[in-house]
Amino acid sequence: MVMSRMEPITQLRMGEAVVTAVKPPHNEPKVRAKAVSVFYGDKQALFDVSLDMPEKAVTALIGPSGCGKSTFLRCMNRMNDTIEGCRVVGEIEIDGEDINQKSIDPVLLRARVGMVFQKPNPFPKTIFDNVAYGARIHGLASSKKEMEEIVEKSLERAGLWNEVKDRLHAPGTSLSGGQQQRLVIARAIAVSPEIILMDEPCSALDPIATAKIEELIDELRSNYCIVIVTHSMAQAARVSQHTAFFHLGKLIETGQTEMIFTNPRDPRTQDYITGRFG
Amino acid sequence: MTEHTVRSFSADLEELSVDLARMGGLAEDMLSDAIQAIATRDSALADTVVARDPQIDALQVEAEKKILRLLALRQPLARDLRQTISALKIAAELERIGDLAKNIAKRAKVLDTVEPVGALKGVARMGRLVTAQLKRVLDAYSALETDAANKVWNRDEEVDEHYQSLFRELLTYMMEDPRTISGCAHLLFVAKNLERIGDHCTNIAEEVHFLVTGEQLPTERPKVDALNSN
Repeated sequence: MVMSRMEPITQLRMGEAVVTAVKPPHNEPKVRAKAVSVFYGDKQALFDVSLDMPEKAVTALIGPSGCGKSTFLRCMNRMNDTIEGCRVVGEIEIDGEDINQKSIDPVLLRARVGMVFQKPNPFPKTIFDNVAYGARIHGLASSKKEMEEIVEKSLERAGLWNEVKDRLHAPGTSLSGGQQQRLVIARAIAVSPEIILMDEPCSALDPIATAKIEELIDELRSNYCIVIVTHSMAQAARVSQHTAFFHLGKLIETGQTEMIFTNPRDPRTQDYITGRFG
Repeated sequence: MTEHTVRSFSADLEELSVDLARMGGLAEDMLSDAIQAIATRDSALADTVVARDPQIDALQVEAEKKILRLLALRQPLARDLRQTISALKIAAELERIGDLAKNIAKRAKVLDTVEPVGALKGVARMGRLVTAQLKRVLDAYSALETDAANKVWNRDEEVDEHYQSLFRELLTYMMEDPRTISGCAHLLFVAKNLERIGDHCTNIAEEVHFLVTGEQLPTERPKVDALNSN
């Protein structure tokens, strides 16, 4: 059976029903980077990176500071567009469609590809409005009741509902660091993304909050493609199924997490993960 | 391999290697002395082998403590992880070899009290082969050489053949002269212990291969099957 080509992103317009999730062609990865290079002015930060990121799985990007992993992460929702002088070369395909084409609306893209940052950044709004904001912008609810359902479902899936259900109109900033991060994840989930990018989501959190986020990632991966940048190799080992090691802007090695951490092929990967930085 | 950036980590791994080397040396000495005690009917030597067994047991306990500590505190990965896990398994193999050598030594003392059996020479020969296998595999472990380890792994077939041949020889003695049954029965056990030590050497060889390459040797190695070769 031949799979037909999917609905291209350009045909989804603002104000129409829901940004629908599109199934990738059979056996294709959800996200495919092809020979991606990134330049900040004259300086090249990423060199010819090609990487597949499968759906319903967590891919971890690891490597020393300055290796380009966050730069690469930002390519996937075109956050690099917002950086002056930044130029992206190569293709990033989501469901087989290159998102770098001029015809792609980055705002719509960022509803499909949610992002969570190291420092939780709830809006200066109530807990409810934090989650509802994106859903409102994208016209995802046609009534107050529907919106309330979206907010409750998102907070539930983010593991935060029980802790905040009695104070939905308190400010988002009144929550603890770990709760704020889960609020931000609920906000991302509310617009039904297909992909969630996480840039060191637990670096600012204590071990208990970290464990709760990791548990959440475990649950979320049955529905989303998740890509996580992390400094902690132990975390990469715990949460991901695939790991990619970056060094000096190049992708050195990629593979199943289990193999990368028990028997990596490249000596540079081995040196990095065993702490022989010499 | 280069040193770990945190030098105490490298020191921990090094200390573990030293412990394993000491266990290996002790096991080798116990085995060769036990064979000697059998061959030359030397009870005093046999006693020294039995007396050394608690040392090898204590070294294993110490190694396990260090390994537990390494795993908990250092979270070793990749080769470091394989090295740590291999050390755990090899320590257990060496402790078993020590026990088997001790048992051989105990039999030596009993054999001293009965008439010598002609098969003693064959047992001593098998003993020397197994002692050489142990030395070779421990050298391979120390140098992290997979070729040398693989050779030991393959050569175990020869050990099995020695065992089969001794088995038949001892049966013949026992059938010919019932007065030899006691001595031959003890020697059967000694031969069996030697054959088991040979197996432990192949297990160590498999661990060396895994440590270096991250892959397992095939589960079936060439074997001579006692039950089918009569």
